[in-house]
Amino acid sequence: MPAAGPGRRWLGRFALRAVATVVFCFMFLPVFFVAWISLFDQQIVSFPPDGYTFAWYANALSRPEFARGFVTSFQVAAVATVIGVSLGAAAAYAIVRFRFAGSGTLNTLLLGPLVVPGIVAGTALYVYYVALENALDVDFRATLHGLVLGHVLLTIPWTVRLVSASLVGLDRAMEEAAANLGASPLTVFRRVTLPMMRPGLVAASLFSFIQSFENLELSLLLVGPGRITLPVAMLNYLEFRIDPTIAAVATMQIVIIGALMLISDRFVKLSRIV
Amino acid sequence: MSELVLTSLRKTYGPTVAVDDVSLTVREGELVALLGPSGCGKTTTLRMVAGFIEPTAGQIVIGGRDVTHLPPHRRDTGMVFQSYALFPHMTVAQNVAFGLEMRNVPKAEAEKRVADALSLVRLGHLGERYPRQLSGGQQQRVALARALVVNPGVFLLDEPLSNLDAKLRLEVRVEIRELQRRLGLTTVFVTHDQEEALTLADRLVVMANGVVQQVGTPEELYESPANLFVAGFIGRSNVLAGRLVSPGRFESRGGLAVSVPADGRAAGPAALALRPERLTLAEPGAPVAPCMNSATGKLVLVTYLGATSEYRVDLRGDEVLTATLPTPPASDPLRRLAAGDPVTLTWPADACRLLAPDGAHDQGG
Repeated sequence: MPAAGPGRRWLGRFALRAVATVVFCFMFLPVFFVAWISLFDQQIVSFPPDGYTFAWYANALSRPEFARGFVTSFQVAAVATVIGVSLGAAAAYAIVRFRFAGSGTLNTLLLGPLVVPGIVAGTALYVYYVALENALDVDFRATLHGLVLGHVLLTIPWTVRLVSASLVGLDRAMEEAAANLGASPLTVFRRVTLPMMRPGLVAASLFSFIQSFENLELSLLLVGPGRITLPVAMLNYLEFRIDPTIAAVATMQIVIIGALMLISDRFVKLSRIV
Repeated sequence: MSELVLTSLRKTYGPTVAVDDVSLTVREGELVALLGPSGCGKTTTLRMVAGFIEPTAGQIVIGGRDVTHLPPHRRDTGMVFQSYALFPHMTVAQNVAFGLEMRNVPKAEAEKRVADALSLVRLGHLGERYPRQLSGGQQQRVALARALVVNPGVFLLDEPLSNLDAKLRLEVRVEIRELQRRLGLTTVFVTHDQEEALTLADRLVVMANGVVQQVGTPEELYESPANLFVAGFIGRSNVLAGRLVSPGRFESRGGLAVSVPADGRAAGPAALALRPERLTLAEPGAPVAPCMNSATGKLVLVTYLGATSEYRVDLRGDEVLTATLPTPPASDPLRRLAAGDPVTLTWPADACRLLAPDGAHDQGG
């Protein structure tokens, strides 16, 4: 190939930027439209808008089901993340560190929730809960713990993947060096292994939280009166009305989750892990 | 610093024997190198001393204390790892302070000792940096400081120079040796590089297939290799197979008769090892002193190496000897020798080292 002249190099750089811009636009367009529509001053969405208003935000905030849905979703996501990341991280540690019969199978199995469609998993859980209730005489359907247990399933595949990745890159010699310097096995884990797993744990927590927070399909059958998650509340609303209130709720959710990501980015550079 | 005593140390993995019956005493302040090709068991031995591998049998005593079954953190060894294994989330100073922290050294004293250790390796000004901000050589010195700051009973080095480039390797080698002498460290050093071992160590332990082949000073190993493996691994050797026909008389398989030192060995199959630099080259017909051995053959290859030249001489059939000579001056007729020319090789009887033939076991030293 002949040496690329300045013109050619310019062309290449231009093409790269053009493609990057198109891809970014494509990815941000829905977000942009949701935010835009949430300000339309009309019941039925049509273009161009008649005018702009914050009325839909006021409506969204005045409706108790959205506020309650937000609180429920936040609670479920937080608890499911804590439980799921603890379990997933322990599983990842075991799979990476100890070779045991079936560790490969277990690794694949733990990715299962990613493969099974949410609505199928939700139905399966519902049936399973009915059986459990009959056997144990404890309520699972339409309870907070039932919902949390279901969401724990969503958090595990991400955690296992991300924490495994951070463990595989960890030089065992570092743990040996710590032991050699007088650290007991527990201290080695606390002072060396755990800090090295931190980026993986933070990323896993973030992904798990978002997965749980925005989940609709799995939750549909597991929610109960007074314990409706935000996505289910939004679907319920949509069944009766199609006005920009939903867009306003979605925009607020995007802003809150975006803020969460920015905050965690301050502690661990997300661009380095994801 | 303490004495390290290994007694009949053995490690097996299923049917595979990684280390077989290794006994060794490293005296206080002595630097001993474990040397051998990869898979010879040297690293396994070192890791057993550090406590990362549990020996199948045998005993490890450091400073009079039996540590064979103690976990690594209660052994009082200071190890430098091949990958340095610095903690990436801690600064250089925190890395070095880690061992002191584990020993509950008071903060003020710990700070002083960290500063001393860092200035010992000439990194006093880099304490606040993170390991990734340092060059390979600097990381290496942090690893040294971290292992030394706790005054370990035994200092262990696992191929510490293998990740450095050639020039740096030489520098750090000298530095390690100086530190070790100055502090009187009882040191075990694992390497596969014979030059590194010869220049650094007080004594060498040559290992192969999990078995100690010979223990001795660099001089002893080079001048009196115990067996063919050592003769070939430490420096180079010409090896002739044959048999000792009578005391002081060796006959090679190709029919070459050689007078050798009478070392009390019984007549029978034997191998003869000859260092290339002990051979001299002459044109055929040149007078040979009666006390010298000689062999005539055909020159097959001359390799000019600058200060020295290497001559490969085909004796008869499959017997080949290599002679390394200081490169003769340009006026010397030897410089005109070319492949195909007939030549005579001569060497004194005491240059010959008789060894057990290939396959037989001949230990000692």
